[in-house]
Amino acid sequence: MFTRDILWPAVIGLVLMFLLPLVTDAYTLTVLTAYAMLALSLGFIWGFAGILCFGQAAFFGLGAYAFAIASINIGTPWLPFFIAILVPALFAAVFGAVLFYGRLSDVYLAVVTLVMTLILFKFMNSSAGDGYKLGTARLGGYNGIPGFETLTVPWDSSEYLYDTSLYYFAFLLLIVVYICLRLLLRQPFGRALVGIRENELRAELMGYDIRLLKTIAFSIGAAIAGLAGCIYANWAEIVTPALFSLGQSAEIIIWVIVGGAGTLMGPLIGAALLGYTKFLLGQQSLIDNTFILGMILVLAVLLLPNGIFPAVVSIVKRVAAKFSTGRSPRSRAASRRSKLPNKTGHQADGSNRRGSTQSSAQSSAQSSAQGKSHNHRDDDGAAPIDRGQ
Amino acid sequence: MDYAAVVAVEIFYAVAVLVLISAGLAVIFGMMRVINLAHGEFLTLGGYAAIVSNKAGVNIYVSMLVMAPLAAALFGFLVERLIIRWLYGRLINTMLATWGLSLAMMGGFTMIFGNTTTGIATPIAGFTYGRYQLSGYNLFVIFMAIAVAVGLYLMLKTTRAGLIARGAMQNTEMTSAFGYNPSRVYLITFVAGSALAGLAGGVMAPLVGLNPASGANYIAKSFITVIAGGASIVSGALTSAGIFGVISQTVTLLSTPAVGEIALLVVAIILLRLLPTGITGKFFKGRI
Repeated sequence: MFTRDILWPAVIGLVLMFLLPLVTDAYTLTVLTAYAMLALSLGFIWGFAGILCFGQAAFFGLGAYAFAIASINIGTPWLPFFIAILVPALFAAVFGAVLFYGRLSDVYLAVVTLVMTLILFKFMNSSAGDGYKLGTARLGGYNGIPGFETLTVPWDSSEYLYDTSLYYFAFLLLIVVYICLRLLLRQPFGRALVGIRENELRAELMGYDIRLLKTIAFSIGAAIAGLAGCIYANWAEIVTPALFSLGQSAEIIIWVIVGGAGTLMGPLIGAALLGYTKFLLGQQSLIDNTFILGMILVLAVLLLPNGIFPAVVSIVKRVAAKFSTGRSPRSRAASRRSKLPNKTGHQADGSNRRGSTQSSAQSSAQSSAQGKSHNHRDDDGAAPIDRGQ
Repeated sequence: MDYAAVVAVEIFYAVAVLVLISAGLAVIFGMMRVINLAHGEFLTLGGYAAIVSNKAGVNIYVSMLVMAPLAAALFGFLVERLIIRWLYGRLINTMLATWGLSLAMMGGFTMIFGNTTTGIATPIAGFTYGRYQLSGYNLFVIFMAIAVAVGLYLMLKTTRAGLIARGAMQNTEMTSAFGYNPSRVYLITFVAGSALAGLAGGVMAPLVGLNPASGANYIAKSFITVIAGGASIVSGALTSAGIFGVISQTVTLLSTPAVGEIALLVVAIILLRLLPTGITGKFFKGRI
């Protein structure tokens, strides 16, 4: 567990951190890191808890705004840094409790989260004028809030974190968050989340309070999104209502689905690749940027519903299995089994819900115990329950 | 007294706009359980079709009421064959694919028409009522909304095509056992929904300046109206449009349009929290 979940990610992450500046400048890399963090937040709640939030941008924007407003009011940047994580997390805890204790799911959840983002967007857009103030910070409407204190080196408040140092800071945070999430998914809490994603009813019958677990997961995701927003605010040095826009929410979902929902690595890769592609596309004016992003999403849903990362992993595994005779066919089957957390799987085994509740609850208890013992892939925790019972 | 009449017209108008812009989405969602997130862009497409054909010399009513639905229907045909058909039964995936389509269309409009706002003049002059000036075109929009709702109802209730469509909606397998190809029923339904969206876009075109991103103004409202309405197409859209239209317009008159829209969205969240299957999931169950 230590080598797999802490050592390797840390080593690879650090190597990447020092290699990436050879590809492009630190300024671009910082915002890509913020995007990757944002994608990770949705990748966690969608890919592992099965909560498809169409408004992850709301928490991103809330984090950025919370940082800007707190920074103007307090004057020093480190307390606001934590406020930027806390505000979205608390907001999501309350909002999530309202939703999940009302048992909203699927399309209704999508609508409500989307609407939430729109409300924030509309509110922030119409908040120009002296009437809209929080402490000494003016919300500024469409123009947003410029001119707040950005992060400094903790022991020297005159040395600002910017450009290269901000990039290193952001990337280190990303590594830490990634490792924390991996460890979290190894915990009973993480296993239970995957169980909920696979089959809510079954998880509930086994005695898990899915409403509480979902609310907590939602709140964790929001905290990470808020952190991403905070990094973004430090990078851009201005926050505008565009952070809450529908386009922003769509982009996060595109990153995750293109990279591969159901993994932690996929969203990171998706965000970095597409973010960089967008940056490169921004330098030409022949084809509209939005057009290409939209087409990528359509094609990804149609052709690569599992995303790039799982596809690449399964190809690599197949090639590796061809060359080494020592590999068991079982592990290949496991890699092929990983799938998107869409609802089709749930409908497929809905038929034996009624008949064999008890036996299937037992068998899933067994299989989740097995899942703990063989630690193969983090997304395989809730291996499909054998239907034969 | 005059003021009350004006307020009443304004509120009816707000409801009518919601009915009009969500009718196409309601047909597609109610019949096929498919959420078309590119609905706003279908409306914009209808609007552009109306404006372009009007500028090419076509009569304004022909371009609004014929050309706009026609263009959207043709495009809807392509979209159903190329994208939606592969994703039936996968609600979330259809939402994602059509969201991608919406972005792509937005980009496409920008490439074709440029990032500018275009518009056409309203064909109906305003008139005075007592001490107030009323827009005649608003009355036309109300009339169109009523026509669409009544037309849809009669179509579904009295015609053979409507009967088949309702059958396919209730039980696809049974319908195909009776010899009707569900894939064709879905295609026709999607095209019909697209045509309704185009019609709404065309009718709305003289009222709003159209730009490539206009769709975003429609999609949220129509989406909310349809989801809050629930499974029944006509009665669901009518009741939720009624509730949302009255509330948002009342708040708008009392404060600002931005607050009115926020009020609409807040009410939508509360409504969905209380009635997670929509209004018609609880009341008017099983009606059209």
